[in-house]
Amino acid sequence: MWGKEERKLFTEVIRSKWFGFSVGLFLLLLILPFFIPRFYVYILALIFVTSLLAMSLNLVVGHGGLFQFHHGVFYGVGAYTVALMLKKTSLPMWTGFIAGPILAAIIGFIIGWFCVRLTRLYFGMLQISLGSLIWAIVFRWYSFTGGDDGIPGIPMPPLLSSLKSSYYFILIILILCLIAMYMILKSPFGNTLQAIRDNPQRCEAVGINVKRYQLIAIVIATFFAGVAGVLFVVLERSVFTELLFWVLSLEIFIMCLLGGWFTFAGPMLGAGIIVALRTFVGIFTEYWTLILGIMLILLIFFLPEGVMGYFQGIFKPRTRETTKGGNR
Amino acid sequence: MLQVEAVVKSFDDFKAVNGAYLTVGKGEIVAVIGPNGAGKTTLFNLITGTLKRDKGRIIFKGEDISELPPYEICKKGISRSYQIVNIFPRLTVFRNVQVAVLSQQRKSHQLFQPAKYMVVKETNNILESVGLLNKAHSIAGSLSHGDQKILEIAIALGNEPELLILDEPTAGMSPEETSATMELIKRLAQMRGLTILFCEHDMDIVFSIAKSIMVMHQGRALIQGKPEEVRKNPIVQEAYLGIE
Repeated sequence: MWGKEERKLFTEVIRSKWFGFSVGLFLLLLILPFFIPRFYVYILALIFVTSLLAMSLNLVVGHGGLFQFHHGVFYGVGAYTVALMLKKTSLPMWTGFIAGPILAAIIGFIIGWFCVRLTRLYFGMLQISLGSLIWAIVFRWYSFTGGDDGIPGIPMPPLLSSLKSSYYFILIILILCLIAMYMILKSPFGNTLQAIRDNPQRCEAVGINVKRYQLIAIVIATFFAGVAGVLFVVLERSVFTELLFWVLSLEIFIMCLLGGWFTFAGPMLGAGIIVALRTFVGIFTEYWTLILGIMLILLIFFLPEGVMGYFQGIFKPRTRETTKGGNR
Repeated sequence: MLQVEAVVKSFDDFKAVNGAYLTVGKGEIVAVIGPNGAGKTTLFNLITGTLKRDKGRIIFKGEDISELPPYEICKKGISRSYQIVNIFPRLTVFRNVQVAVLSQQRKSHQLFQPAKYMVVKETNNILESVGLLNKAHSIAGSLSHGDQKILEIAIALGNEPELLILDEPTAGMSPEETSATMELIKRLAQMRGLTILFCEHDMDIVFSIAKSIMVMHQGRALIQGKPEEVRKNPIVQEAYLGIE
Protein backbone atom coordinates (compact mmCIF):
# COMPACT_ATOMS: atom_id res chain seq x y z
CA MET A 1 0.00 0.00 0.00
CA TRP A 2 2.83 2.41 -0.81
CA GLY A 3 1.40 4.04 -3.92
CA LYS A 4 2.27 7.18 -5.82
CA GLU A 5 0.16 9.37 -3.54
CA GLU A 6 1.88 8.16 -0.41
CA ARG A 7 5.28 8.83 -1.90
CA LYS A 8 4.20 12.29 -2.98
CA LEU A 9 2.95 13.11 0.50
CA PHE A 10 6.06 11.63 2.02
CA THR A 11 8.36 13.90 0.02
CA GLU A 12 6.12 16.82 0.87
CA VAL A 13 6.36 16.05 4.58
CA ILE A 14 10.14 15.75 4.36
CA ARG A 15 10.41 19.08 2.61
CA SER A 16 8.15 20.94 5.02
CA LYS A 17 9.74 23.29 7.50
CA TRP A 18 8.22 21.44 10.44
CA PHE A 19 9.96 18.21 9.47
CA GLY A 20 13.49 19.52 10.07
CA PHE A 21 12.42 20.98 13.38
CA SER A 22 10.76 17.72 14.46
CA VAL A 23 13.76 15.58 13.52
CA GLY A 24 16.08 17.97 15.35
CA LEU A 25 13.86 17.84 18.42
CA PHE A 26 13.72 14.05 18.23
CA LEU A 27 17.51 13.74 18.08
CA LEU A 28 17.83 16.13 21.00
CA LEU A 29 15.37 14.07 23.01
CA LEU A 30 17.31 10.93 22.12
CA ILE A 31 20.59 12.18 23.61
CA LEU A 32 19.18 14.29 26.45
CA PRO A 33 18.93 11.48 29.05
CA PHE A 34 22.73 11.17 29.00
CA PHE A 35 23.21 14.77 30.06
CA ILE A 36 20.38 15.72 32.40
CA PRO A 37 19.57 14.54 35.93
CA ARG A 38 17.18 11.62 36.49
CA PHE A 39 14.42 13.90 37.73
CA TYR A 40 14.27 15.78 34.44
CA VAL A 41 14.29 12.54 32.46
CA TYR A 42 11.26 11.52 34.49
CA ILE A 43 9.52 14.85 33.88
CA LEU A 44 10.19 14.63 30.16
CA ALA A 45 8.76 11.12 30.01
CA LEU A 46 5.72 12.31 31.95
CA ILE A 47 5.30 15.11 29.41
CA PHE A 48 5.41 12.53 26.59
CA VAL A 49 2.71 10.42 28.21
CA THR A 50 0.52 13.44 28.89
CA SER A 51 1.14 14.72 25.36
CA LEU A 52 -0.16 11.50 23.87
CA LEU A 53 -3.21 11.74 26.10
CA ALA A 54 -3.90 15.34 25.09
CA MET A 55 -3.33 14.53 21.41
CA SER A 56 -5.80 11.65 21.61
CA LEU A 57 -8.42 13.93 23.15
CA ASN A 58 -7.83 16.53 20.49
CA LEU A 59 -8.73 14.03 17.78
CA VAL A 60 -12.33 14.24 18.95
CA VAL A 61 -12.38 17.74 20.46
CA GLY A 62 -10.34 19.85 18.05
CA HIS A 63 -10.79 17.85 14.88
CA GLY A 64 -14.11 16.15 15.61
CA GLY A 65 -15.91 18.96 17.44
CA LEU A 66 -17.22 16.59 20.11
CA PHE A 67 -17.36 17.66 23.75
CA GLN A 68 -15.56 14.66 25.15
CA PHE A 69 -15.42 16.12 28.67
CA HIS A 70 -14.41 12.95 30.48
CA HIS A 71 -11.56 11.60 28.39
CA GLY A 72 -9.40 10.70 31.40
CA VAL A 73 -11.54 7.61 32.00
CA PHE A 74 -10.05 5.86 29.00
CA TYR A 75 -6.54 6.75 30.14
CA GLY A 76 -7.40 5.19 33.48
CA VAL A 77 -9.00 2.12 31.90
CA GLY A 78 -5.86 1.54 29.82
CA ALA A 79 -3.64 1.96 32.86
CA TYR A 80 -5.76 -0.22 35.17
CA THR A 81 -6.06 -2.95 32.55
CA VAL A 82 -2.34 -3.32 32.10
CA ALA A 83 -1.75 -2.98 35.85
CA LEU A 84 -4.26 -5.68 36.75
CA MET A 85 -3.03 -8.03 34.05
CA LEU A 86 0.61 -7.69 35.05
CA LYS A 87 -0.16 -7.97 38.73
CA LYS A 88 -2.89 -10.57 38.89
CA THR A 89 -2.42 -12.87 35.91
CA SER A 90 0.46 -14.98 34.68
CA LEU A 91 -0.26 -14.25 31.03
CA PRO A 92 2.70 -13.09 28.94
CA MET A 93 3.41 -9.47 29.77
CA TRP A 94 2.93 -8.14 26.24
CA THR A 95 -0.72 -9.22 26.29
CA GLY A 96 -1.33 -6.71 29.07
CA PHE A 97 0.27 -3.95 27.01
CA ILE A 98 -2.05 -4.75 24.12
CA ALA A 99 -5.15 -5.34 26.22
CA GLY A 100 -4.95 -1.83 27.76
CA PRO A 101 -5.66 0.17 24.60
CA ILE A 102 -8.13 -2.41 23.30
CA LEU A 103 -10.24 -2.40 26.45
CA ALA A 104 -10.11 1.40 26.50
CA ALA A 105 -11.40 1.41 22.93
CA ILE A 106 -14.18 -1.05 23.80
CA ILE A 107 -15.32 1.09 26.74
CA GLY A 108 -15.00 4.08 24.43
CA PHE A 109 -17.28 2.37 21.94
CA ILE A 110 -19.91 1.57 24.57
CA ILE A 111 -19.96 5.06 26.11
CA GLY A 112 -19.69 6.66 22.68
CA TRP A 113 -22.57 4.60 21.34
CA PHE A 114 -24.88 6.28 23.82
CA CYS A 115 -23.31 9.72 23.60
CA VAL A 116 -23.36 10.26 19.82
CA ARG A 117 -27.13 10.12 19.99
CA LEU A 118 -27.00 13.49 21.69
CA THR A 119 -25.48 16.73 20.48
CA ARG A 120 -23.07 19.33 21.82
CA LEU A 121 -23.50 20.05 25.51
CA TYR A 122 -25.84 17.09 26.12
CA PHE A 123 -23.19 14.84 24.64
CA GLY A 124 -20.71 16.28 27.14
CA MET A 125 -23.05 15.87 30.11
CA LEU A 126 -23.80 12.22 29.33
CA GLN A 127 -20.12 11.60 28.71
CA ILE A 128 -19.24 12.95 32.16
CA SER A 129 -21.97 10.87 33.81
CA LEU A 130 -21.06 7.58 32.16
CA GLY A 131 -17.36 8.24 32.71
CA SER A 132 -17.93 8.99 36.38
CA LEU A 133 -19.76 5.69 36.63
CA ILE A 134 -16.57 3.88 35.59
CA TRP A 135 -14.63 5.95 38.11
CA ALA A 136 -17.13 5.02 40.86
CA ILE A 137 -16.82 1.32 40.05
CA VAL A 138 -13.03 1.42 40.21
CA PHE A 139 -13.14 3.54 43.36
CA ARG A 140 -15.51 1.21 45.23
CA TRP A 141 -14.38 -2.21 44.07
CA TYR A 142 -11.69 -2.64 46.74
CA SER A 143 -11.11 -6.36 46.31
CA PHE A 144 -10.35 -6.04 42.62
CA THR A 145 -8.97 -2.57 41.94
CA GLY A 146 -7.64 -1.66 45.35
CA GLY A 147 -10.09 1.23 45.61
CA ASP A 148 -8.52 4.56 46.56
CA ASP A 149 -5.26 2.84 47.51
CA GLY A 150 -4.67 2.05 43.84
CA ILE A 151 -2.25 -0.63 42.79
CA PRO A 152 1.39 -0.01 43.66
CA GLY A 153 4.48 -1.96 42.64
CA ILE A 154 3.48 -3.27 39.25
CA PRO A 155 6.12 -5.65 37.85
CA MET A 156 7.70 -4.64 34.56
CA PRO A 157 9.47 -6.72 31.95
CA PRO A 158 13.28 -6.62 32.40
CA LEU A 159 13.62 -4.63 29.20
CA LEU A 160 11.81 -1.70 30.84
CA SER A 161 13.46 -2.00 34.22
CA SER A 162 15.41 1.27 34.23
CA LEU A 163 14.06 4.80 33.93
CA LYS A 164 16.18 5.39 30.86
CA SER A 165 14.80 2.39 28.99
CA SER A 166 11.26 3.38 29.97
CA TYR A 167 12.00 6.85 28.63
CA TYR A 168 13.05 5.49 25.25
CA PHE A 169 10.14 3.06 25.11
CA ILE A 170 7.67 5.89 25.80
CA LEU A 171 9.35 8.20 23.29
CA ILE A 172 9.22 5.61 20.51
CA ILE A 173 5.60 4.64 21.14
CA LEU A 174 4.68 8.33 21.27
CA ILE A 175 6.27 8.95 17.89
CA LEU A 176 4.61 5.92 16.31
CA CYS A 177 1.25 7.10 17.65
CA LEU A 178 1.86 10.63 16.39
CA ILE A 179 2.62 9.34 12.90
CA ALA A 180 -0.54 7.22 12.95
CA MET A 181 -2.63 10.18 14.16
CA TYR A 182 -1.15 12.45 11.53
CA MET A 183 -1.99 9.96 8.80
CA ILE A 184 -5.51 9.54 10.12
CA LEU A 185 -6.07 13.29 10.17
CA LYS A 186 -4.83 13.67 6.60
CA SER A 187 -6.88 10.74 5.34
CA PRO A 188 -10.37 10.98 3.83
CA PHE A 189 -11.69 9.93 7.23
CA GLY A 190 -9.86 12.79 8.93
CA ASN A 191 -11.05 15.30 6.36
CA THR A 192 -14.60 14.07 6.69
CA LEU A 193 -14.36 14.30 10.47
CA GLN A 194 -13.26 17.92 10.23
CA ALA A 195 -16.11 18.62 7.85
CA ILE A 196 -18.51 17.09 10.39
CA ARG A 197 -17.03 19.38 13.06
CA ASP A 198 -17.73 22.40 10.88
CA ASN A 199 -21.18 21.44 9.68
CA PRO A 200 -22.80 18.13 10.62
CA GLN A 201 -26.07 18.98 8.91
CA ARG A 202 -24.40 19.57 5.59
CA CYS A 203 -22.43 16.32 5.96
CA GLU A 204 -25.64 14.35 6.29
CA ALA A 205 -26.86 16.04 3.13
CA VAL A 206 -23.81 14.84 1.19
CA GLY A 207 -24.38 11.25 2.23
CA ILE A 208 -22.29 10.90 5.38
CA ASN A 209 -23.60 8.95 8.34
CA VAL A 210 -22.45 11.52 10.89
CA LYS A 211 -23.05 9.47 14.03
CA ARG A 212 -21.12 6.50 12.72
CA TYR A 213 -18.11 8.67 11.87
CA GLN A 214 -18.22 10.32 15.27
CA LEU A 215 -18.35 6.93 16.95
CA ILE A 216 -15.35 5.67 14.95
CA ALA A 217 -13.45 8.83 15.91
CA ILE A 218 -14.24 8.23 19.58
CA VAL A 219 -13.03 4.63 19.36
CA ILE A 220 -9.76 5.74 17.75
CA ALA A 221 -9.24 8.50 20.32
CA THR A 222 -9.98 6.23 23.27
CA PHE A 223 -7.59 3.63 21.86
CA PHE A 224 -4.77 6.18 21.90
CA ALA A 225 -5.81 7.30 25.39
CA GLY A 226 -5.47 3.65 26.40
CA VAL A 227 -1.96 3.60 24.93
CA ALA A 228 -1.14 6.67 27.03
CA GLY A 229 -2.51 4.83 30.09
CA VAL A 230 -0.20 1.90 29.43
CA LEU A 231 2.77 4.25 29.06
CA PHE A 232 1.84 5.86 32.36
CA VAL A 233 2.14 2.47 34.06
CA VAL A 234 5.49 1.88 32.35
CA LEU A 235 6.71 5.14 33.85
CA GLU A 236 5.08 5.08 37.30
CA ARG A 237 4.64 1.35 38.01
CA SER A 238 1.49 2.17 39.93
CA VAL A 239 -2.09 3.26 39.25
CA PHE A 240 -4.57 5.22 41.33
CA THR A 241 -8.15 6.38 40.94
CA GLU A 242 -7.17 9.99 40.17
CA LEU A 243 -6.43 8.75 36.65
CA LEU A 244 -10.14 8.32 36.07
CA PHE A 245 -11.30 11.37 38.01
CA TRP A 246 -12.97 14.22 36.15
CA VAL A 247 -10.44 16.79 37.36
CA LEU A 248 -7.78 15.15 35.22
CA SER A 249 -10.15 15.15 32.24
CA LEU A 250 -10.61 18.87 32.71
CA GLU A 251 -6.85 19.33 32.77
CA ILE A 252 -6.44 17.50 29.47
CA PHE A 253 -9.19 19.60 27.97
CA ILE A 254 -7.33 22.73 29.08
CA MET A 255 -4.12 21.39 27.51
CA CYS A 256 -5.88 21.19 24.15
CA LEU A 257 -7.28 24.72 24.48
CA LEU A 258 -3.98 26.10 25.76
CA GLY A 259 -1.88 24.54 23.02
CA GLY A 260 -4.30 25.27 20.23
CA TRP A 261 -7.03 22.80 19.43
CA PHE A 262 -7.21 23.50 15.72
CA THR A 263 -3.53 22.66 15.24
CA PHE A 264 -1.93 19.24 15.04
CA ALA A 265 0.87 19.59 17.60
CA GLY A 266 -0.76 22.21 19.82
CA PRO A 267 -2.02 19.82 22.53
CA MET A 268 1.55 18.53 23.04
CA LEU A 269 2.70 22.05 23.72
CA GLY A 270 -0.23 22.50 26.10
CA ALA A 271 0.64 19.26 27.88
CA GLY A 272 4.27 20.35 28.19
CA ILE A 273 3.29 23.71 29.66
CA ILE A 274 0.83 22.25 32.18
CA VAL A 275 3.07 19.41 33.36
CA ALA A 276 6.01 21.80 33.72
CA LEU A 277 3.84 24.29 35.61
CA ARG A 278 2.47 21.65 37.93
CA THR A 279 5.96 20.39 38.67
CA PHE A 280 7.88 23.60 39.08
CA VAL A 281 5.22 25.91 40.48
CA GLY A 282 4.05 23.00 42.62
CA ILE A 283 7.41 23.16 44.40
CA PHE A 284 6.62 26.61 45.72
CA THR A 285 2.93 26.40 46.40
CA GLU A 286 0.35 23.70 46.57
CA TYR A 287 -2.15 26.09 45.01
CA TRP A 288 -0.57 25.86 41.58
CA THR A 289 -4.04 25.71 40.06
CA LEU A 290 -4.28 29.39 40.96
CA ILE A 291 -1.56 30.13 38.42
CA LEU A 292 -3.35 27.84 35.96
CA GLY A 293 -6.57 29.77 36.45
CA ILE A 294 -4.88 33.09 35.78
CA MET A 295 -3.21 31.65 32.68
CA LEU A 296 -6.56 30.39 31.44
CA ILE A 297 -8.15 33.79 31.79
CA LEU A 298 -5.27 35.39 29.90
CA LEU A 299 -5.52 32.66 27.29
CA ILE A 300 -9.21 33.16 26.65
CA PHE A 301 -8.76 36.90 26.27
CA PHE A 302 -5.55 37.07 24.29
CA LEU A 303 -4.94 33.72 22.56
CA PRO A 304 -8.33 32.22 21.69
CA GLU A 305 -6.70 29.91 19.16
CA GLY A 306 -4.12 28.67 21.67
CA VAL A 307 -0.37 29.18 21.84
CA MET A 308 0.35 27.13 18.73
CA GLY A 309 -2.52 28.71 16.84
CA TYR A 310 -1.10 32.13 17.71
CA PHE A 311 2.33 31.35 16.33
CA GLN A 312 0.89 29.73 13.22
CA GLY A 313 -1.13 32.86 12.70
CA ILE A 314 2.07 34.93 12.74
CA PHE A 315 4.06 32.71 10.41
CA LYS A 316 1.33 31.65 8.02
CA PRO A 317 -1.89 33.58 7.52
CA ARG A 318 -4.63 30.95 7.69
CA THR A 319 -6.89 32.72 5.27
CA ARG A 320 -5.70 33.23 1.75
CA GLU A 321 -8.05 35.73 0.26
CA THR A 322 -8.05 36.44 -3.40
CA THR A 323 -8.05 40.14 -3.99
CA LYS A 324 -9.24 39.87 -7.56
CA GLY A 325 -13.01 39.96 -7.99
CA GLY A 326 -15.74 38.38 -5.99
CA ASN A 327 -15.17 40.42 -2.85
CA ARG A 328 -18.29 42.44 -2.73
CA MET B 1 -38.99 10.53 -10.93
CA LEU B 2 -40.16 12.20 -7.73
CA GLN B 3 -43.70 12.14 -6.43
CA VAL B 4 -44.89 13.89 -3.31
CA GLU B 5 -48.35 12.76 -2.27
CA ALA B 6 -50.56 14.37 0.38
CA VAL B 7 -47.62 15.22 2.64
CA VAL B 8 -48.41 16.88 5.95
CA LYS B 9 -45.95 18.32 8.46
CA SER B 10 -46.87 20.31 11.53
CA PHE B 11 -44.78 22.00 14.19
CA ASP B 12 -46.86 21.85 17.35
CA ASP B 13 -50.17 23.33 16.20
CA PHE B 14 -48.86 25.06 13.12
CA LYS B 15 -49.29 23.12 9.91
CA ALA B 16 -46.26 24.16 7.86
CA VAL B 17 -47.07 21.76 5.05
CA ASN B 18 -50.70 20.70 4.81
CA GLY B 19 -51.35 18.52 1.80
CA ALA B 20 -48.54 19.02 -0.66
CA TYR B 21 -48.57 17.31 -4.06
CA LEU B 22 -45.66 17.50 -6.46
CA THR B 23 -44.53 15.57 -9.51
CA VAL B 24 -41.07 15.91 -11.00
CA GLY B 25 -40.32 14.04 -14.22
CA LYS B 26 -36.87 12.98 -15.34
CA GLY B 27 -34.88 15.81 -16.92
CA GLU B 28 -37.41 18.48 -15.97
CA ILE B 29 -36.77 21.80 -14.32
CA VAL B 30 -39.53 22.30 -11.80
CA ALA B 31 -40.09 25.40 -9.67
CA VAL B 32 -41.99 25.74 -6.43
CA ILE B 33 -43.32 29.25 -5.81
CA GLY B 34 -45.34 30.79 -3.06
CA PRO B 35 -45.19 33.67 -0.59
CA ASN B 36 -42.87 33.61 2.45
CA GLY B 37 -44.03 31.02 4.94
CA ALA B 38 -45.87 28.99 2.32
CA GLY B 39 -43.88 25.92 3.33
CA LYS B 40 -41.45 25.67 0.41
CA THR B 41 -38.32 25.11 2.47
CA THR B 42 -40.17 22.74 4.80
CA LEU B 43 -41.26 20.74 1.77
CA PHE B 44 -37.63 20.51 0.59
CA ASN B 45 -36.52 19.49 4.08
CA LEU B 46 -39.12 16.73 4.01
CA ILE B 47 -37.99 15.44 0.62
CA THR B 48 -34.31 15.36 1.67
CA GLY B 49 -35.06 13.74 5.03
CA THR B 50 -33.93 16.63 7.24
CA LEU B 51 -37.45 16.59 8.65
CA LYS B 52 -39.82 13.64 8.96
CA ARG B 53 -43.28 13.99 7.47
CA ASP B 54 -46.36 13.31 9.62
CA LYS B 55 -48.56 11.94 6.84
CA GLY B 56 -48.31 11.21 3.13
CA ARG B 57 -45.75 9.59 0.86
CA ILE B 58 -42.58 10.73 -0.88
CA ILE B 59 -41.62 8.44 -3.74
CA PHE B 60 -38.32 8.65 -5.59
CA LYS B 61 -37.71 6.34 -8.54
CA GLY B 62 -40.54 4.08 -7.42
CA GLU B 63 -39.32 3.78 -3.84
CA ASP B 64 -40.84 5.31 -0.72
CA ILE B 65 -38.05 7.42 0.83
CA SER B 66 -40.09 9.22 3.48
CA GLU B 67 -38.64 7.18 6.36
CA LEU B 68 -34.97 7.34 5.30
CA PRO B 69 -32.33 9.50 7.05
CA PRO B 70 -30.74 12.32 4.99
CA TYR B 71 -27.52 10.45 4.22
CA GLU B 72 -29.42 7.51 2.74
CA ILE B 73 -31.58 9.79 0.63
CA CYS B 74 -28.43 11.46 -0.66
CA LYS B 75 -27.04 8.08 -1.69
CA LYS B 76 -30.24 7.43 -3.66
CA GLY B 77 -29.35 10.39 -5.86
CA ILE B 78 -30.88 13.53 -4.35
CA SER B 79 -28.60 16.46 -3.50
CA ARG B 80 -29.55 19.87 -2.29
CA SER B 81 -28.34 23.37 -1.64
CA TYR B 82 -29.60 25.59 1.12
CA GLN B 83 -31.33 28.94 1.22
CA ILE B 84 -29.04 30.19 3.98
CA VAL B 85 -25.41 29.48 3.09
CA ASN B 86 -24.50 26.10 4.55
CA ILE B 87 -20.89 25.23 3.75
CA PHE B 88 -17.73 24.21 5.66
CA PRO B 89 -16.39 27.69 6.46
CA ARG B 90 -13.02 26.62 7.91
CA LEU B 91 -12.05 24.33 5.03
CA THR B 92 -10.75 25.38 1.64
CA VAL B 93 -13.11 25.57 -1.32
CA PHE B 94 -11.44 22.47 -2.75
CA ARG B 95 -11.98 20.43 0.39
CA ASN B 96 -15.60 21.58 0.64
CA VAL B 97 -16.35 19.86 -2.63
CA GLN B 98 -13.93 16.99 -2.05
CA VAL B 99 -15.86 15.90 1.06
CA ALA B 100 -18.91 15.32 -1.11
CA VAL B 101 -16.97 13.59 -3.90
CA LEU B 102 -15.25 11.26 -1.41
CA SER B 103 -18.60 10.42 0.09
CA GLN B 104 -20.06 9.76 -3.36
CA GLN B 105 -17.21 7.37 -4.20
CA ARG B 106 -17.54 5.61 -0.83
CA LYS B 107 -14.00 6.59 0.12
CA SER B 108 -14.73 8.72 3.19
CA HIS B 109 -13.95 5.91 5.62
CA GLN B 110 -10.39 5.27 4.44
CA LEU B 111 -8.03 5.79 7.34
CA PHE B 112 -4.43 5.70 6.17
CA GLN B 113 -4.34 7.13 2.67
CA PRO B 114 -3.56 10.79 2.20
CA ALA B 115 -6.75 12.52 1.09
CA LYS B 116 -4.83 15.35 -0.50
CA TYR B 117 -4.30 13.54 -3.78
CA MET B 118 -7.59 11.68 -3.94
CA VAL B 119 -10.42 12.52 -6.34
CA VAL B 120 -8.54 15.68 -7.36
CA LYS B 121 -9.62 15.47 -10.98
CA GLU B 122 -13.30 14.99 -10.21
CA THR B 123 -13.26 17.81 -7.67
CA ASN B 124 -11.46 20.21 -9.99
CA ASN B 125 -13.89 19.37 -12.80
CA ILE B 126 -16.81 20.44 -10.65
CA LEU B 127 -15.04 23.60 -9.51
CA GLU B 128 -14.24 24.43 -13.11
CA SER B 129 -17.80 23.87 -14.28
CA VAL B 130 -19.11 26.37 -11.72
CA GLY B 131 -16.20 28.78 -12.20
CA LEU B 132 -14.59 28.51 -8.77
CA LEU B 133 -11.37 26.75 -9.81
CA ASN B 134 -9.24 29.88 -9.36
CA LYS B 135 -10.42 30.13 -5.75
CA ALA B 136 -9.92 26.43 -4.96
CA HIS B 137 -7.43 27.12 -2.19
CA SER B 138 -9.19 29.99 -0.49
CA ILE B 139 -10.87 29.34 2.83
CA ALA B 140 -14.55 28.95 2.06
CA GLY B 141 -15.64 31.34 4.82
CA SER B 142 -13.67 34.16 3.18
CA LEU B 143 -15.55 34.01 -0.13
CA SER B 144 -18.13 36.62 -1.09
CA HIS B 145 -21.76 35.75 -0.46
CA GLY B 146 -22.39 35.13 -4.14
CA ASP B 147 -19.44 32.74 -4.40
CA GLN B 148 -20.54 30.91 -1.27
CA LYS B 149 -23.96 30.33 -2.83
CA ILE B 150 -22.22 28.94 -5.93
CA LEU B 151 -20.07 26.74 -3.69
CA GLU B 152 -23.32 25.43 -2.21
CA ILE B 153 -24.28 24.17 -5.66
CA ALA B 154 -20.77 22.78 -6.25
CA ILE B 155 -20.93 20.73 -3.04
CA ALA B 156 -24.31 19.37 -4.10
CA LEU B 157 -22.85 18.42 -7.49
CA GLY B 158 -20.11 16.46 -5.74
CA ASN B 159 -22.60 13.70 -5.06
CA GLU B 160 -23.38 13.33 -8.76
CA PRO B 161 -27.09 13.68 -8.09
CA GLU B 162 -29.86 12.75 -10.49
CA LEU B 163 -32.19 15.19 -8.78
CA LEU B 164 -30.74 18.50 -7.63
CA ILE B 165 -32.84 20.52 -5.19
CA LEU B 166 -31.97 24.21 -4.96
CA ASP B 167 -33.55 26.25 -2.19
CA GLU B 168 -33.52 29.87 -3.41
CA PRO B 169 -30.17 29.59 -5.21
CA THR B 170 -29.97 33.32 -5.81
CA ALA B 171 -31.11 34.62 -2.42
CA GLY B 172 -29.13 37.72 -1.48
CA MET B 173 -27.38 38.03 -4.85
CA SER B 174 -27.04 41.16 -6.93
CA PRO B 175 -29.01 41.25 -10.22
CA GLU B 176 -25.88 40.44 -12.28
CA GLU B 177 -24.97 37.53 -10.02
CA THR B 178 -28.55 36.31 -10.19
CA SER B 179 -28.67 36.12 -13.95
CA ALA B 180 -25.19 34.55 -14.10
CA THR B 181 -26.26 31.92 -11.57
CA MET B 182 -29.42 31.07 -13.46
CA GLU B 183 -27.41 30.69 -16.66
CA LEU B 184 -25.07 28.39 -14.75
CA ILE B 185 -27.96 26.28 -13.48
CA LYS B 186 -29.42 25.96 -16.96
CA ARG B 187 -26.03 24.99 -18.36
CA LEU B 188 -25.40 22.41 -15.61
CA ALA B 189 -28.82 20.88 -16.17
CA GLN B 190 -28.04 20.42 -19.84
CA MET B 191 -24.43 19.25 -19.42
CA ARG B 192 -25.12 16.72 -16.70
CA GLY B 193 -28.64 15.76 -17.64
CA LEU B 194 -29.83 16.88 -14.21
CA THR B 195 -33.37 17.02 -13.00
CA ILE B 196 -33.79 20.22 -11.00
CA LEU B 197 -36.33 21.20 -8.38
CA PHE B 198 -35.96 24.74 -7.08
CA CYS B 199 -37.79 27.53 -5.39
CA GLU B 200 -37.29 31.20 -6.09
CA HIS B 201 -38.92 34.52 -5.42
CA ASP B 202 -37.99 36.22 -8.67
CA MET B 203 -40.95 35.48 -10.97
CA ASP B 204 -39.07 36.47 -14.14
CA ILE B 205 -36.51 33.77 -13.46
CA VAL B 206 -39.10 31.19 -12.56
CA PHE B 207 -41.22 31.72 -15.65
CA SER B 208 -38.17 31.86 -17.93
CA ILE B 209 -36.53 28.56 -17.00
CA ALA B 210 -39.07 26.30 -15.31
CA LYS B 211 -40.88 23.72 -17.42
CA SER B 212 -43.39 23.14 -14.67
CA ILE B 213 -44.42 25.27 -11.71
CA MET B 214 -46.03 24.26 -8.46
CA VAL B 215 -47.72 26.95 -6.38
CA MET B 216 -47.86 26.68 -2.62
CA HIS B 217 -50.02 28.75 -0.35
CA GLN B 218 -50.33 28.32 3.41
CA GLY B 219 -48.82 24.84 3.26
CA ARG B 220 -51.12 23.61 0.47
CA ALA B 221 -50.29 22.82 -3.11
CA LEU B 222 -52.70 24.99 -5.14
CA ILE B 223 -51.78 23.80 -8.60
CA GLN B 224 -48.96 22.33 -10.62
CA GLY B 225 -48.73 22.92 -14.36
CA LYS B 226 -46.95 24.58 -17.25
CA PRO B 227 -45.99 28.24 -16.74
CA GLU B 228 -48.85 29.52 -18.98
CA GLU B 229 -51.42 27.47 -17.12
CA VAL B 230 -50.20 28.71 -13.80
CA ARG B 231 -50.15 32.30 -14.95
CA LYS B 232 -53.75 32.09 -16.18
CA ASN B 233 -55.13 30.24 -13.19
CA PRO B 234 -57.56 32.51 -11.29
CA ILE B 235 -56.85 31.01 -7.87
CA VAL B 236 -53.15 31.59 -8.26
CA GLN B 237 -53.69 35.12 -9.49
CA GLU B 238 -55.77 35.89 -6.49
CA ALA B 239 -53.59 34.15 -3.92
CA TYR B 240 -50.15 35.03 -5.13
CA LEU B 241 -49.45 36.83 -8.35
CA GLY B 242 -51.63 39.76 -7.33
CA ILE B 243 -53.02 40.35 -10.82
CA GLU B 244 -56.53 41.78 -10.96
